[in-house]
Amino acid sequence: MAVCIAVIAKENYPLYIRSIPAEHELKFHYTVHTSLDVVDEKVSAMGKALVDQRELYLGLLYPTEDYKVYGYVTNSKVKFVMVVDSSNTALRDNEIRSMFRKLHNSYTDVMCNPFYNPGDRIHSRAFDNMVTSMMVQGC
Amino acid sequence: MEQGPAAAVGTAGAVGAAANAGAPAAVGAAAAGALSSGASAGYCPVPLPLSDSEQQCYSELFARCCCSSASATSSSSSSSSSSSSSSSSGHPQPPPEVGRGAPLPGPAATAGANQVGELFRASQLPAETLHQITELCGAKRVGYFGLTQFYVALKLIAAAQSGLPVRVESIKCELPLPRFMALKNDSEIRYSNPVEFHGMKCQIPYVTMEKNSFKRVDDGEKQDTMSPTMSPISSPPSSPSNYQRVPLTYGYGKLRSGMDQIHAAPYEARQLALQQEGPTSGSHGPKPTRRQTSLIRSLSVEREPQESNSNYPDDPWRITEEQREYYINQFKSLQPDLSSFISGSLAKNFFTKSKLTIPELSYIWELSDVDCDGALTLPEFCAAFHLIVARKNGYPLPESLPQTLQPDYLQSAFLKPKRDCALFDSYSESMSVNQQPRDLNRIEKTSLKEKVDLTAPAQDVNIDDKPALKISSMDEAMPKDVSVDTASPKDLNTVKARPRSRSYSNTSLEEAMKRVEEPPTPPPRPQKSHSRASSLDLNKVFQPNAPAAKPGLLPPPPALPPRPFVSQVLHHNTSNDSVSQPKPPGQLPSYSDFRLLEQTDQVSEIELHPQLTRTPSQTEESGSPVKKDLPPSKPIRRKLRPENQIMENQEPPSSVSGPSTVPIVKPHAPVQKQSSKQKKAIQTAIRKNKEANAVLARLNSELQQQLKEVHQERIALENQLEQLRPVTVL
Repeated sequence: MAVCIAVIAKENYPLYIRSIPAEHELKFHYTVHTSLDVVDEKVSAMGKALVDQRELYLGLLYPTEDYKVYGYVTNSKVKFVMVVDSSNTALRDNEIRSMFRKLHNSYTDVMCNPFYNPGDRIHSRAFDNMVTSMMVQGC
Repeated sequence: MEQGPAAAVGTAGAVGAAANAGAPAAVGAAAAGALSSGASAGYCPVPLPLSDSEQQCYSELFARCCCSSASATSSSSSSSSSSSSSSSSGHPQPPPEVGRGAPLPGPAATAGANQVGELFRASQLPAETLHQITELCGAKRVGYFGLTQFYVALKLIAAAQSGLPVRVESIKCELPLPRFMALKNDSEIRYSNPVEFHGMKCQIPYVTMEKNSFKRVDDGEKQDTMSPTMSPISSPPSSPSNYQRVPLTYGYGKLRSGMDQIHAAPYEARQLALQQEGPTSGSHGPKPTRRQTSLIRSLSVEREPQESNSNYPDDPWRITEEQREYYINQFKSLQPDLSSFISGSLAKNFFTKSKLTIPELSYIWELSDVDCDGALTLPEFCAAFHLIVARKNGYPLPESLPQTLQPDYLQSAFLKPKRDCALFDSYSESMSVNQQPRDLNRIEKTSLKEKVDLTAPAQDVNIDDKPALKISSMDEAMPKDVSVDTASPKDLNTVKARPRSRSYSNTSLEEAMKRVEEPPTPPPRPQKSHSRASSLDLNKVFQPNAPAAKPGLLPPPPALPPRPFVSQVLHHNTSNDSVSQPKPPGQLPSYSDFRLLEQTDQVSEIELHPQLTRTPSQTEESGSPVKKDLPPSKPIRRKLRPENQIMENQEPPSSVSGPSTVPIVKPHAPVQKQSSKQKKAIQTAIRKNKEANAVLARLNSELQQQLKEVHQERIALENQLEQLRPVTVL
């Protein structure tokens, strides 16, 4: 079950961060920030490779004893970072992928809204609901 | 309210057993204590045994009634009770919070009579019984529902529901908790319609009914308090979610409070009439319940299609005919093809004019753009527009798109007005004949599409409608007959019912809102096709130019961003007096804003003509009339009109008379305000001239470009000629 989900813009500032246990919010923010380095590393490693779904999903960025961090980058260099509780019986890779896919779809819907300026914080309630459902169920 | 455990858990404890009130500890203790004190001193001579669960339940109910009443009385007089009832009227808090979080008011607090009445009605006991109960519990005597009286009443209700006679003695024994049906927090709303609950048509009358009830409460008449209060609270139909009901009811509360000031005369009359219908308390009983149920019905979006005599107009999320037409006209002004989309940026510009905040607009977009494609189809656009209108009128936005605003629902709904002779006639005036079959074809296509898209069970009714609609629409397409009388018989009854019931919308709440808020002119008549046909070039030329030119040119005196189509609409309204119809309609606050905002733009040909006639009357604009001669001057003339209209608009909105179609020029001519008018006129003339300059400059540049191209062509041709010419010089 995801404990923290973050959407980070191309310029590496956060568009949306949400964590479940409120008290560790700062810790997760910090984690997400440091994971950006790993994301950049992976992205640059891919180089000019063709972008497809597989490469959008970056996989496990780095694990700690408490949790694991997964990354996903879109074609427009918007990054999704998800922190998952390790104690949770390991979510399958496919599940993580599907979660990212859902995130991506919701993000696209937010983008479609003409009143949303790219680069703004994401306030969409539909997006919030989707993220909440992911964090609670972890599906 | 959650239905208490049906099982009687009556552990009879002495009243003084405040200690027994374990659960809500202090609350229960206070309640019990209060009850005991009240019991001893009050009407009920017998100490009232309350079990723990009962105490808990009652205290919660009482808190709810109290909160709502307290907030209600604090807020505008009317409102409250109904809508949020339990929750605070003015603030859309989720009901559970209030129910549980609110501390029990002190023993001296009184439950609002309206909430109490509504609560009692929700118990689904016959009105006579309820009267008896109120009498017995002493509320009538003391004139209010204090803690004691409330608890006794609840007990009596429980007794009555158990089949016991309503007597003081009945409450001595152990009783199950009283059951209240169809309360706000009920996850299952049971509209088990007792005989009383059969659709009445009262619509908004409940608003004033409530007001009267308040007065009567002051007089201490309990019966009246019970009767007229309709609160949508108990009604809340199963809109998509429970939560959504809350905003609906809240919205109603706000709306009602707004209605107080706005109250249109017809409403008053109707309400009075209705009130007079039930003069005595005896007849009062069934009537209010009926009214309430009708209100429930009206709010019950789902049931709406099935209950032809239910009260549609009460539903704030239902689009009335006038509104729909207005929306469609607006859509056409943005995008003439009714079957295609409005792009996101276009819609954004348009909706930004409504002066709602961006986050709200963003949310409205989210709700209405169902397919999330960044563009709005006609039903999506209407839904979005309707939400904006509702929001401007103070309704909180729903959590999810109401069923009546779903695109597929609207799609099928759109078919009906096409059938409606009157509406379609007005349509045909504006639409060319070509458009009609196109629209019908579109309807066919969309109905087909909608058939495929339908998934929700609630839309099954639409599915039934679709074949009939398709058939009828195809039939219509053949003769191109506007009046769909022949087609209508083919409709299903539900479909037929809708247009019929829509006719009630004339008395609807929304109409009142619109009437009140609208500037006196009728809704826009696009006439776009007409204008296009007549002056294609200009429109093409100036449409792209004007919006670009305006932002730079217009200094912002309050609310004057250029909005082409809206101004066109405005122009139509003021200029086309003869053309304007009697329907008041869709005047929405946003519309009024638009009108005020309206500056220049693409005015149609028709406007030009009246403008021509008008310009002579405008002395300040003497400069511009000179340019009338040239085609490029047409935009100037158009801009002159906005001047007129701006001036005119400023005055009519202040006067809330509804004289829509009077040639406004003349009333303004009067000397009264000429000096200020002249000033404004001069300023606007200056502005217009500047805009005209910009437009002309752009035209100039375009022509220059064309000239260059032509030059180049000429050069190329000359070269060819030389090549072809036999070589004479060696």
